[in-house]
Parts: sequence; C-alpha cells; structure tokens
Amino acid sequence: MKKDSTLAFDVFNYAVQIIFTILCVYPFYYILIYSFSDPQEALKGVFLIPEGFTLVNYSTIFKLDNMFHSFLISVLRTVIGTLLTIACCSWFAYAVTKNELYLRKTVYRFLVITMYFNAGLIPWYITMKELGLKNNFMLYILPGAVVAYYVVLLKTFIEQLPQALEESAMIDGAGYFKIFTNVIFPLSMPIIATIAVFASVGQWNTWYDNYFLVSNDNLQTLQLILYNYLTDAQRIVSSSNMNDLNRGLASKISPDSIRITITMVVTLPVMLVYPFLQRFFVKGLMLGAIKG
Amino acid sequence: MKYKASRITLFLMVIPFILLVFVFNYIPLFGWVYAFYDYKPGIPLSQTEFVGLKFFKWAIEEREDLFRVLTNTLALSLLSILASPLSVIFAILLNELRSKKFQKLVQTLTTLPNFISWIIVYSLAFFMFSSGGLVNEVLMRLGWIDEPTTVLGNAAATWWFQTAITIWKSLGWGAIIYLAAIAGIDQELYDAAKVDGAGRFQRIMAITVPGVMPTFFVLLLLNIASVLSNGASGFEQNFVFYNSLVADKIEALDYYVYRVGITTGEISFGTAIGIAKSLISILLLFLMNALSKKVRGHSVF
Repeated sequence: MKKDSTLAFDVFNYAVQIIFTILCVYPFYYILIYSFSDPQEALKGVFLIPEGFTLVNYSTIFKLDNMFHSFLISVLRTVIGTLLTIACCSWFAYAVTKNELYLRKTVYRFLVITMYFNAGLIPWYITMKELGLKNNFMLYILPGAVVAYYVVLLKTFIEQLPQALEESAMIDGAGYFKIFTNVIFPLSMPIIATIAVFASVGQWNTWYDNYFLVSNDNLQTLQLILYNYLTDAQRIVSSSNMNDLNRGLASKISPDSIRITITMVVTLPVMLVYPFLQRFFVKGLMLGAIKG
Repeated sequence: MKYKASRITLFLMVIPFILLVFVFNYIPLFGWVYAFYDYKPGIPLSQTEFVGLKFFKWAIEEREDLFRVLTNTLALSLLSILASPLSVIFAILLNELRSKKFQKLVQTLTTLPNFISWIIVYSLAFFMFSSGGLVNEVLMRLGWIDEPTTVLGNAAATWWFQTAITIWKSLGWGAIIYLAAIAGIDQELYDAAKVDGAGRFQRIMAITVPGVMPTFFVLLLLNIASVLSNGASGFEQNFVFYNSLVADKIEALDYYVYRVGITTGEISFGTAIGIAKSLISILLLFLMNALSKKVRGHSVF
C-alpha cells in the first residue's frame, strides 16, 4: 500500500520535472534549429530538426551593419567590466574584514545601504549625464565596479578563512596588499568564480544604460541591436534587403530568420558558459548567502 | 609606528571605492531636488522656480493615471508573491528525485532562463506566442483554433501572462536557495522519522517543509518590501513587453516614471513620483524587518 503511493509520487515527480525542463529548454532549442534552417523552409514550420540545414542566416547577420562591432563592444564591456568588478569588490571586501580599518563599520554600512536604496531612474539618468558618461564607454563599467551584494558575499567568505594564514604572512613581513594578493585572493577562488559568473552574465545582459545614454552607433551593445531588430520591422526588411541585393540572395532571407539568428548569437555565450560554471556558483552561494 | 602607517595605507586604499559608491549611489540622490523645482531640460536649475510640493500635489491630482498604474503594479507583484511557494515545492520535488545526476541536469537546465536578458526573453516569447509564432502554428494545425490569437497583445491576459513568464524565468533559480536550505537540514531527523515509521509524505511535511520555512519567510518579506518595484527586474520586463494593446494593463510604476519623466520630459513630476515610491519602499522594508524581528527573533538585515 505504502509502496504504491511512493511509486505514484515518483512517477508524478519525474513527470513534473521533465515537463518543466522541456518548457525551459525548448524555446532555446527552437531558436537553435530555426537559425540553422533555410529561411523559406522555416516559414512553413520548424519543430524538432532544422529544415534544409544552412548557415546562410549566420553569414547574413554578420554582414549587417554594426553587428560585428556591437558584438565586440559587448565582449569588451563584459571582460573589462567583470575584471574591474572582481578587483574592486574583492579588495573592498578584504579591507572591511580588517578590524584595523578606520571607520570599518561606517564604511560597511555606507555600502550596504545602497542595496536597499536607490535614487530612481531620472536622478540616475541626470547624474550620468552630468558626469559626462553619456556616449562614453566608461558608462558600461564604472557604475558597476563596486556592487554591495558581491562585497557582502566576499566579506562573508573571507571572514571564515583561517586567521592563522594571514598572521603568519604578516610575521613574514607582508603588508595588507601583499597578503591580499598572495593569500586571500587565491583562497577566495570559489566565491570569486561565483561573482565572476554573476558579473559577466550581468554585463552581457545589461542594455538599459545603453538605451538611455548611448546614441553613438560605435558603442551599441548586442542586446540593444537585438532589441532594435525586434521592434523595428521596417529596419529589418530594408537592411536585410540591402544585404540580399548585394549578395544576390533576394528571396532567401526572412525577417524572422534574421531576428531569430541574432537572438541565438546573443544567447549563445550565456548558454555555453554558465553550465560549466554552475557548480561554482551553487557552491559559492551556499557558502556565502545563507546567513538570513 | 610602522603599524600606524600600514593602517593609514589600508584606509587610503579603501578611499577610491568609497568614492565610487558615493558617486554612483549617493550623488544621484541629490537629483531629488528636481522634484521641488519647475525644471525644464536645458535650463539650469539655478534659473528655475522653486515650487515646493507642487509636483507631489500634482501626482495626487493625476490620481486616475496613478491609480491605474498602481493597480497594475500591485497586481503583478501580488501574483508573483502568490507564485513564490512554487519555488519551494519545486525544490522539494527536486530533492526527492532518486537520481542525483538527473537532479543536477534538471537544475542546470531550469536555471538557464534566469541568466538571459529580458530582451532575449521577449524575443523567445515573440517567436512562441506572436500571431505567426510556434504556438499558434501548432494549435492551428491541430485544428483547435481557426484564427491566430496572440497573448502578447491581449490586455485581459496580460497579468497572468506576465506572471507566467516571471515563473518561467525565475523558478529554477529560486529553487537553488531552498535546495541549499534543505541540504542544511540534519540528516538524523530523517533517519529518526523513518525509525518512527513516518512515510515519505510525512517526512516531507514534518521535516523538509519546516526546514525551509525560515528561508521562505525572509525572502517573502523582502518581496513584500519591493512590491512597488515588481521585484528586481520589474522595469525591464515591463519595458520589453509593453505595447499599445496591453498598455492599460501592463504599465507599472517604474515604467510610468520613465514615460512621464524621460519620454515626455516632465522631469520634475517623474522625480516626485520616483521619490514617493522610494520612500514607501523603504518604509515597507523597515516594517517587514520589524515584523521579521518580532516573529522570528532576528532581523532580515
């Protein structure tokens, strides 16, 4: 009797998991097979496998104006932004674990308050403009250099490292900076990896700073290019027609193929990177987060 | 002597980061003064008129607009708060899977949506649900519908659809924290319950559920404190799914501030509403924190 109810539960459980997993994955799979399908065949419907396998969609979108350039901008902002965030947050976190830091509690509170409080969209917009960050690459990386949440995670992690390591380094004559670079930073790799995932995915995904404050075509990120293509049907048709004419492919490309292939290109880095890093951040989160 | 010198270096090395925090998180607060002046873009603040609370009063006079926007904001927030136990249920179900490999796989695949931008979410939703999208295609082929319908432009379904999208994006991710909480439960409790003859359900209800309740409660309180923001991604979701067909049902507070403040140039009015929103949110946060202290004996932050 009891055994039966357990079996029924298992069946139910596996069914729920499989259905929800399919719901989560299928949209990505759909854009993948659509992007490899022949545009005309795809219009008739694509479900499980690519129809008329072709790379023409990819070769077309990389010939679109700005596509490659904005890909580079997105990569640059992700790499530089992530490195800067890690450097700033980890050093800051180390410093606030030191009792020797003057005003330690005040400094830490000053930071933590920003987690719960922000000025709002319009003051943010005006401030960025006044600071000269409009149409400036720095806009992408400077405001996110110190993130309170990351500092809290790092600080919690660093605090549980054995004190003795630091003390022995100090006896050997190392200063704070040296201890940080040679002892603390290498030991903090699990949580640094976690934050690297968050920060890089965040950088890759952010578009509103670009949308509000960057009009310069040379600084557009891939996300915004995608958004423009999604909302601006006219532009897709005219721009892809131009490419079609140039390359004698007049009837082959459809706006949907272009949109879907750009979506795929924007999604791909996240899809490739995060499954490998997931084990780090799951562990890192467990180490850092659950103090509530 | 040397000790003091190194303390000073330590402090000096923190100053750049304090400055960064000050510049990007505190200086914008000075922008709040715009709410008290009759500011027009292009004219310096020194030459504009101080109007005191005029724009706050204006906000109350515009109550019809504000009422509609607040209704949407609260509806969207409350629906997603009502959906929050789903993460707990999902985590418990995940934990009950016998195959750890399968558990890992499901967990990895279901957290993927959390890591994509709202623009990509919109793009995927567009290809699934627009009139020429996959769902319509399939339903038409099956003969279940004759005309394509689109949920993206359906005002009546907007709240539900947006909630469903939020669940899709955040459920797997939300479960991670509960899985961690479940992992922290003392295994001996389960063994003891087994010895006492408790079945699988009884063990879940008597041990796992109470085990994750504190975590659930904290996150719930934080969610309630941010109802006016529709959670962390409120504006972006609002922005990408906004269109004229669903405008009346989807426009939430942050989008309203954006629309009046930036697209129509009513900087002062938009700022005033933004301030009111921030103050109410902070008030809610303190209230929820106090509640947490009272109920659980320690505070959220």
